[in-house]
Amino acid sequence: MSRVLIRGGRVVDPSQGMDAVADVLIADGRVARVGEGIDAPEGTETVDASGLVVAPGLIDVHVHLREPGGEHKETIATGARAAAAGGFTAVVAMPNTDPPIDSIALVGYVKAAGLRAGGARVFPSGCITLGQKGEQLTEIGELVSAGAVCVTDDGRPVMNAGLLRMALEYAQSFDLPVAVHEEELTLSRGGTMNEGIIATRLGLTGIPNAAEDVMIARDLMLAELTGGRLHIQHVATRTGVELIRAAKAKGVRVTAEGSPHHFTLTDEAVEWYNTNAKMNPPLRSAADRDAVRAGVADGTLDVIATDHAPHHYDEKEQAFEDAPNGIVGLETAVGLAYTELVATGLIDLPTLVERMSCAPARSMNLDRIGLGSLRPGSAGDVTILDPMAEWTVDPARFVSLSKNTPFGGRKLRCRAVRTLIGGQTAWQYNA
Amino acid sequence: MSAAPTSFLGKDLLALEPLTAEQIRLILDTAEPLKEISERQIKKVPTLRGKTVVNLFFEASTRTRISFEFAEKRMSADTVSIAASGSSVQKGETLVDTARNLEAMRIDMVVIRHASSGAARFLAERIESSVINAGDGKHEHPTQGLLDLLTIRDHRGTIEGLKVCICGDVLHSRVARSNIHGLKRLGAEVGVCGPLTLMPADVDALGVRWFNRIEAAIEWADVLNVLRLQLERMKGGFIPSLREYNRVFGVTRARVEAKQGDLLILHPGPMNRGVEIDSDVADGPHSVILQQVTNGVAVRMAVLYLLAGGPAPEGGDA
Repeated sequence: MSRVLIRGGRVVDPSQGMDAVADVLIADGRVARVGEGIDAPEGTETVDASGLVVAPGLIDVHVHLREPGGEHKETIATGARAAAAGGFTAVVAMPNTDPPIDSIALVGYVKAAGLRAGGARVFPSGCITLGQKGEQLTEIGELVSAGAVCVTDDGRPVMNAGLLRMALEYAQSFDLPVAVHEEELTLSRGGTMNEGIIATRLGLTGIPNAAEDVMIARDLMLAELTGGRLHIQHVATRTGVELIRAAKAKGVRVTAEGSPHHFTLTDEAVEWYNTNAKMNPPLRSAADRDAVRAGVADGTLDVIATDHAPHHYDEKEQAFEDAPNGIVGLETAVGLAYTELVATGLIDLPTLVERMSCAPARSMNLDRIGLGSLRPGSAGDVTILDPMAEWTVDPARFVSLSKNTPFGGRKLRCRAVRTLIGGQTAWQYNA
Repeated sequence: MSAAPTSFLGKDLLALEPLTAEQIRLILDTAEPLKEISERQIKKVPTLRGKTVVNLFFEASTRTRISFEFAEKRMSADTVSIAASGSSVQKGETLVDTARNLEAMRIDMVVIRHASSGAARFLAERIESSVINAGDGKHEHPTQGLLDLLTIRDHRGTIEGLKVCICGDVLHSRVARSNIHGLKRLGAEVGVCGPLTLMPADVDALGVRWFNRIEAAIEWADVLNVLRLQLERMKGGFIPSLREYNRVFGVTRARVEAKQGDLLILHPGPMNRGVEIDSDVADGPHSVILQQVTNGVAVRMAVLYLLAGGPAPEGGDA
């Protein structure tokens, strides 16, 4: 029997309301005991966690692993290892690959490659519509049977409201979340950054907040109509946060994400044509950024998700309008969340763990297989954090194949120092 | 590598937004005597002899490209003009590769026109040669802004205190942005006129006032700069029809004649006669459109000369 005893850390597990110095014993890949002064039998590997935080493994429900079709940017293996390096024990891989993950075979491919990856657990998602064309539903039941934990056309909205209604209704047979990228394409048309004075000065076409807001409003109404499980990805606007808050108060079944870049940066980061700050939804105003922070703080945005979007350097090395959207996020997420939200007093450490582990697990039904918790019997997935660590983001040291980040050189606090998956150390920080 | 000397303007001319009033005045003052060269029988001076200039036009252009070519040749520079069609760009070469190749050929200056905003800056940050922005996407067209300033100054003696209204498709116009920055820097009041569908977001934050009717704009302004309605963009529903645009926002003879006092009318061309401007206005007594074209060559000669290391004014912050 393989055993690991994590000794003397501050165990923070909101799933059981726990925040205390304790030991965690993992046996045969699952949490065996949590408590003070656990004696380990001979042969137990011991990890000294004194002065560190021991949390249920962090989960990122929104990552792009680019395989198949974009292996020069990231592979399932490199992405899974980058996730582990960032403290994540599980990720949900988005299906907007080439070809898109819209069939049982492709979901199986992602799942199998994830099992071989040797990093974070990789959970596939499947497309809502065939080829992400927004015309015909995928065989959602088949995708679920192959291992998909949600369906999403991420990268594109489902513009046909009737079709999204069908998805929200049909997916209820599988209690499956339908995750949505909110963008009204006739409003965002051709836009490459936030609409406002900076876009005006730079001569770039802006995307108004309304492009996101009207779709959030529409989809909340569809979720209310159908009773389906809606998961709204990467919320970036103040009105979007308000709409979700109001819908939750009415009992609509909705979960939502706040991304580290959206609660850290504003559209000022785009100046002058910084393609590493080009993303969709775009970085918005300070008021929007503050609303995303407040949404994460009060739980309107249940989940912190990175939208890890790797791109090869020469794809970003273009004129702004020609460069692709997205930044990598797996290896900066914990530091940004701690620095921007915990160190500033907006949230406490247990809330950070709730937003990065427990809530993500619940949003994708991963709590049902014992993720997002350190209760005895749970999966032995643990992230050990050093909240006192101070470090500077150096993209050259990223494990991810891609380095496209606007945070290079930024000083952060807190980092993952060890990531255990099923009781096995998947990654350990060496200074 | 033939690195350009850093001039009073800096290495490049990418936009008017960052320029000081002193820098803008220097360019205009330098252009003023250079106009005379184009009037000579032998239209050539040796100022840029031995300098190599590449005109890199990734987007269709006739008047700007020819204006630059004349300016370069009249200053005796060696020039090469490359259009996007027929270039390696069509074979998929990226802008950064183009930049590296140009740099490897030891050139002194690049004049670039590109459909993407920021492309000129992108190039300038990657090569040591001087880069002149000949229009980048919807961002800026600084030499056009300068020639507009020169033309207005020729006729009014000063820019300071003038009321200048930029009319039409400000949203898609790089000329508008350069005009706004240049005019304001030299002390003009600036207005914009057109439907809100053709105005960029928060345009008032640039320090301009918006006129929703052309009659009010004409009444207010000392100078109108009438922009080309970019017909290729009109499929997006920015305006209901060209006919309605002319009815509501067109600079017509009747509207111009109703104005009390002087009015100067500019247009960066090419014009859509009968849409944003009527022919009898374009060819009428208020119009200085052809003089803009003449001044364009002089302004571009001035910019080339100054970036090549022409003298800074005494006490200038070189």
